[in-house]
Amino acid sequence: MATELLKESFPVAARNFDKAGEVSSEIKMILKDLGINSAIIRRAVVVSFEAEMNVVMYTTRGGMITFVLTDEEITLEIIDDGPGIPDIDMAMTEGFSTASEEMREMGFGFGMGLPNIKKNCDKFVIESVVGKGTRVFALIRHVG
Amino acid sequence: MTLREICELLDCEILACEDALDRDITEVVASDGMSEVLAYTKSGELMVTGLTNIQSIRTADIAGVAGVVYCRGKRPVATAIDYAREKGIPVLATRLVMFDVCGLLYNAGLKGIS
Repeated sequence: MATELLKESFPVAARNFDKAGEVSSEIKMILKDLGINSAIIRRAVVVSFEAEMNVVMYTTRGGMITFVLTDEEITLEIIDDGPGIPDIDMAMTEGFSTASEEMREMGFGFGMGLPNIKKNCDKFVIESVVGKGTRVFALIRHVG
Repeated sequence: MTLREICELLDCEILACEDALDRDITEVVASDGMSEVLAYTKSGELMVTGLTNIQSIRTADIAGVAGVVYCRGKRPVATAIDYAREKGIPVLATRLVMFDVCGLLYNAGLKGIS
């Protein structure tokens, strides 16, 4: 059984583009201070950043990122009560996007966010109900 | 080649972290799409972009790139420059368009990432 070393939840505000990414920056600093391998940190923060941007861009009430570090793995759970994803298979397809022009002007919404998340973790779960919200779970092993 | 040599090659203005221009660069990512930067970098690359908002530097930090060049005469917003200083990311700005920036860097021996 893995030993939990740290657990922290961070609220993510909807539509606040100036602050979008702050949570992931903070997670990066926490992992760096703990001396976690830099390639592992990079994978974890790419997951966190892409998910955070999705919450900022697509929800109207924001969401929550919960970060757990154990002696074996990093897990990130991103939950929102936003619009939900009608077709998850399509959303996971690289290049498919429902982003607005405004999102593209921000440098996001080119249909790579969810594929990037999946690519950077060892276990990936996405659940979504239209009108209820979305939950993304990502696990990254950092030893062994 | 070093960031300092790149700075001279592209006739750049230095906007942040002049003290870190000795970093050696071998690979380059050029895009206005931040997920593309995140998808293809490993860390230590040069990032070339025309996206000037705070997200450009947040992406640079998350991706772990060695420096950022803003092309086509664009300058990042002040908050982005401040953030780059805080994170120790060198920021350069050139009047050249992205195609020319990439061509010059390629001719100088730098490679893209894939």
